[in-house]
Amino acid sequence: RLKNIVLGWNDLLCSKPMMVRDALNQAMDEELERDERVFLLGEEVAQYDGAYKVSRGLWKKYGDKRIIDTPITEMGFAGIAVGAAMAGLRPICEFMTFNFSMQAIDQIINSAAKTYYMSAGFQAVPIVFRGPNGASAGVAAQHSQCFAAWYAHCPGLKVVSPWNAEDAKGLLKSAIRDDNPVVFLENELMYGVPFEMSEESQSKDFTIPIGKAKVERQGTHVSLVSHSRYVSHCLDAAVVLAKEGIECEVINLRTIRPLDVECIETSVMKTNHLVTVEGGWPQFGVGAEICARIMEGPAFNYLDAPATRVTGVDIPMPYAKILEDNSLPQIKDIIFSVKKTLNV
Amino acid sequence: MKNMLTIISNALCRITGRNVGAQTVSEGTRAVVSRSFADFTSQATFDIKKCDVHRLEEGPPLKAELTREQGLRYYRIMQTVRRMELKADQLYKQKIIRGFCHLYDGQEACAVGIEAAINPSDHLITAYRAHGYTYTRGIAVKEILAELTGRRGGVAKGKGGSMHMYAPHFYGGNGIVGAQVPLGAGIALACQYQGNNQVCVALYGDGAANQGQLFESFNMAALWKLPCIFTCENNQYGMGTSVERASASTDYYKRGDFIPGIRVDGMDVLCVREAFKFAAEHCRSGKGPIVMELKTYRYHGHSMSDPGVSYRTREEIQEVRSKSDPITMLKERMLSNNMASVEEFKEIDIAIRKEVEEAAQYATSDPEPPLEELCNHIFSNDSPLEVRGTNPWARLKSVS
Repeated sequence: RLKNIVLGWNDLLCSKPMMVRDALNQAMDEELERDERVFLLGEEVAQYDGAYKVSRGLWKKYGDKRIIDTPITEMGFAGIAVGAAMAGLRPICEFMTFNFSMQAIDQIINSAAKTYYMSAGFQAVPIVFRGPNGASAGVAAQHSQCFAAWYAHCPGLKVVSPWNAEDAKGLLKSAIRDDNPVVFLENELMYGVPFEMSEESQSKDFTIPIGKAKVERQGTHVSLVSHSRYVSHCLDAAVVLAKEGIECEVINLRTIRPLDVECIETSVMKTNHLVTVEGGWPQFGVGAEICARIMEGPAFNYLDAPATRVTGVDIPMPYAKILEDNSLPQIKDIIFSVKKTLNV
Repeated sequence: MKNMLTIISNALCRITGRNVGAQTVSEGTRAVVSRSFADFTSQATFDIKKCDVHRLEEGPPLKAELTREQGLRYYRIMQTVRRMELKADQLYKQKIIRGFCHLYDGQEACAVGIEAAINPSDHLITAYRAHGYTYTRGIAVKEILAELTGRRGGVAKGKGGSMHMYAPHFYGGNGIVGAQVPLGAGIALACQYQGNNQVCVALYGDGAANQGQLFESFNMAALWKLPCIFTCENNQYGMGTSVERASASTDYYKRGDFIPGIRVDGMDVLCVREAFKFAAEHCRSGKGPIVMELKTYRYHGHSMSDPGVSYRTREEIQEVRSKSDPITMLKERMLSNNMASVEEFKEIDIAIRKEVEEAAQYATSDPEPPLEELCNHIFSNDSPLEVRGTNPWARLKSVS
């Protein structure tokens, strides 16, 4: 009975569940209010309330000056956003999906990421590029690519990939307050997923530091390292594996660049086994980088087996549901890979 | 002789309406040994070429006023840019400057005329042919040359090079053709947003004029009435491709379509100045963007690796030099209107030569940046981070 009372109090202290899209909305709202230099631009962000409703209500509250609908011209409006950042504003540049950011990638890399270095510290570019990244459902090859590895390759960028609502809110606030170009990779399939929000995340000053991973589940037998939507898959796989006596430690990267290698190393030195899980393609990807880093560091000597990568299939995304489902890591793939790694 | 001079002197008084001051020249001396300040015309009005306009009821004025002080200043700045670029040419041939080096000699009237028309608090962004603008926007010759030679005293501490020099309200120096134009529109958006009545001059060449992102910028700038002066420096050649071979329409001042445009004689610093005064006023009054085309010419090839004579004749280059050189034109105007003396110009030239020589000395003797600086300036306002070197044991440090 006492336990129930304590749990009841616990529920009161936590707020009611919040969806990821609302957490993102709240983050932008709070930052727009806090700093008048912050503004949002992108396709349909204003009068349409956002293609995925992430910016719902913001135009009504802040008006044309702060929430700007752009024409469908990514290279142009991304460049305009970068120029505005150079001249003293703090833009949030939304890509309807990151697939379209490819048209603007020169502005992101050459105009934004490299400028502080090229100018030897004279010209900062405080900008956030945000939008949904990776696979959605049934949107086929040109609308399903994961760009984590592409952007994380480049010095001068920070690349963030939140998983749950609290991640979304805290990390987006940090990204907006950061004086550097931040690529903020959301996930469309997570927008409508509700999560409990902690007490402290209610504060308007709640931020989560960029560059720090979080251990979502403690474990002793294997380190499952993932980002974005696949953290959910890892936690689900961990529940199934626990029934068989395999305790997984699940790490939510939160940030892809800079990668929190220390967190992964500490975990691997405890569990002796590493499995990475991502939605992106295998070659030259996030998992590949993690494996390379582990090999170069102290944790290598603690591995009892080679590290394993669970990734998207190395093909353009097909349309038919059965094909699409089998193009991405499923929970059974994670379970299978863990068991193979543990040789059980 | 004395009477002749007095007659001329009195005539000048009548023309300018000012007391030029009676001068007494003793018999037997040459006409001019040293003239007093008061001997010169302090201000004159010049006819300038009419600009072609697009979607404008009226264009810039047909006359420009020039004071003696202004004229000497424009001369000095243009000549400094000229000599600085020629010094860079020399240093490049000595292999003291490496990589890309795109020289601006011939185009000086554009940079100087624009700067004369706008305020230091206005903004300017250009492409890679940027040394002249770096100077007019306030960076010393020695810091520019030291950046070209890759030394720690360079304006970007040796980390940027020829194409990446920055200054307050000067956003480079941009290497990717055309990318600077949306950036310029964004800077204009910031001006509008902040309500500071400033404008942005966003420069590009005839080669960049066909880039898609320019038209994306034109569209948004017109929609949102951004105070952006889009400026095409048309020097007739995009690298080795003449304008006729690259552009279906070479009327670059009309390429903004729904945006008004002005075509300007880019070899005449006064024409450029008047046109940009007009353009700045247009933008500041909330009318939205404007497209300028400056017809100009570069004496050098596209860059130091291009001799510049495979796609144009030496005769053509020589013709421009002899008939339209911007510095010569200004000097001749001032001399024929008694605004300054040959000696004065010579003195200015000598002083500039000295300044550029000293700057080159600095640029060749200043040490290279220290290796400890290698990884710095990745992020702004951040705690120090570790950067991987060429091998896993090379753990380098980066501070903001």
